Amino acid sequence: MSENTAAVTKKTRPVKEKPVKTKPEKKETMNKKLAEMSPMRARMHRMGYQIRRNKACYFMMAPYFILFFIFTVVPVLMSIVLSFTYFNMLEAPTFIGWGNYIKLFLEDDIFMIALKNTLIFAVVTGPVSYILCLLFAWIINEFHGKLRAFLTLVFYAPSICGNAYMVWQLILSGDRYGYLNGILIRLGIIDEPILWMQTEKWVMPALIVVQLWLSLGTGFLSFIAGLQTVDKSLYEAAALDGVKNRWQELWYVTLPAIRPQLMFGAVMQITQSFAVSDISIQLAGNPSVNYAGATVVTHLLDYGTTRFDMGYASAIASVLFALMVGTNLLIQRLLRRVGE
Amino acid sequence: MRSREREIDPRMKKVHFWNRPKETKLNRSMAGNTLLFVIMIICGIFMALPLVMIINNALKPLDEIYQFPPRVFVRHPTLENFSDLFVIMSDSWVPFSRYILNTIIITGGGMVGHVIIASLAAYPLAKHEFPFKRILFQMVVLSMMFSWTVTQIPQYLVISWLHINNTYAALILPAWCFGMGLYLMKQFMEQLPDSLMESARLDGASEWSIFWRIVMPNVKPAWLTLAIFQFQQMWANTGSLFLRDEQLKPMQYALQQVIAGGTARAGAGAAVTFIIAAVPIIFFLFCQSNVVETMTSSGMKD
Repeated sequence: MSENTAAVTKKTRPVKEKPVKTKPEKKETMNKKLAEMSPMRARMHRMGYQIRRNKACYFMMAPYFILFFIFTVVPVLMSIVLSFTYFNMLEAPTFIGWGNYIKLFLEDDIFMIALKNTLIFAVVTGPVSYILCLLFAWIINEFHGKLRAFLTLVFYAPSICGNAYMVWQLILSGDRYGYLNGILIRLGIIDEPILWMQTEKWVMPALIVVQLWLSLGTGFLSFIAGLQTVDKSLYEAAALDGVKNRWQELWYVTLPAIRPQLMFGAVMQITQSFAVSDISIQLAGNPSVNYAGATVVTHLLDYGTTRFDMGYASAIASVLFALMVGTNLLIQRLLRRVGE
Repeated sequence: MRSREREIDPRMKKVHFWNRPKETKLNRSMAGNTLLFVIMIICGIFMALPLVMIINNALKPLDEIYQFPPRVFVRHPTLENFSDLFVIMSDSWVPFSRYILNTIIITGGGMVGHVIIASLAAYPLAKHEFPFKRILFQMVVLSMMFSWTVTQIPQYLVISWLHINNTYAALILPAWCFGMGLYLMKQFMEQLPDSLMESARLDGASEWSIFWRIVMPNVKPAWLTLAIFQFQQMWANTGSLFLRDEQLKPMQYALQQVIAGGTARAGAGAAVTFIIAAVPIIFFLFCQSNVVETMTSSGMKD
């Protein structure tokens, strides 16, 4: 038996070797072919080879990206096309070129207020809540076990409760039943209740406080998870290398180790702070007093869901999109410098 | 050979918390610890206050809800609000158990599917080189910045073209391709050392089994975190845009209807607010305790 199998393998061996011999020749002819082709076509050929070699990758990505194209890319492209049309959702859209954009920047005073408010939100709450997320995640990382899970819950609670900001409606309520007014009257600081959300000068500060309170969200939790995966031996190595206190350790070891999470957190922060709308609508109303609480997204909602001018709403969305993409490019460039 | 190693290696033994060696951190000063602890307490109270209010309001009898001056803490705790809510719910048009079933299908399906599909797509993007990789990834990141409110209408059109309107799929399928999950998973997978996958590849493991046996167990904190995000998002969805049939709507919708009842139902409304908040918190605690467990029991990463 064993002799037999040995004979078989001996016989088959030369057959197996043959393609091995011919392979380099084939490759040479391939290279020749590629050299003869125009550089463009050669590139296509090489790309085709790369795609075939990484077939498994494409199969793994297929389910996600097929759905992604259908439910995200197509709607986004449709919105961008719609931004060049007049579309009231009843009649077919009519093409009006740059009309929406011209109206937006030259005629729409409220959009300018909304843009100003959004930029204030982004500049004030964006960096502050990003740093708060990082700071609290880092401090919580110092604790262990049950206490750590509890602290994470306490700080993440406002984001997890869905409509928890409704609580602020009770706190900031303009009558005597509002908690804040109640406390201030009791302490004798004010005599009459303040209509917090109906007074122009109080709207933005109040909204900023609520937004900051809500800000320990996605970024915060991803930092918590990121800090857990940092290799402990890095800290020991750093201590040997002369890192003396926790601040140095944070800058030279921890932050570079969680750079991927920092980038993720930054993108989430940008999308959050530029798209503030829910809290403004729930607390200040839409439209708010003299548009004091108007943001780009509340303006968009006003046109999209109340006035049914989807073309105009799409134009607003496109402008907001450009703003966010620009900010993102800037932030990602800054984050590459962390720990240097 | 392997089993013997397992017996010897002390890291593999299950260590109970009572005899776990106390972890000491390097570079920590007493003053710094105290300072950070004080900051945590002050901010913690500020963050938790509204949560405390939700709990207390749910336990307040109706006369205490409209009391002046308003109080944060309840004086005569009662479960009246919950029994009121129970009465309201028991004579709803569709049996309440149906709403619960719908929620389980929509929230569970949307969450589990998204975690799997997004992780599958994230692995090649994080650890392989191939044509179109950068474009695909950039598209996902950029898509998160386009206002969701505007794409809702075109998305509605797409969903009606596909004839999945008024089905669970109208809520679940779009949830499977949210951008955030892919981005989060990709960022975590990037941190995995290449050697981890390389050694498995030398052993002849396919990409598929590398993904399930090596990559996913090693990024458990990431996908548990993603599960929390997705659960929250699906849980908060009332589905009223795509679902017309009352039989298909989730619990969130039924509960929101109670809040819309206004002053007469303020008590039951407080109970609803409590339940809407409590469910994600329970899920969150479940996931968080799992994260902590995995990280203390395994010292992987080279």
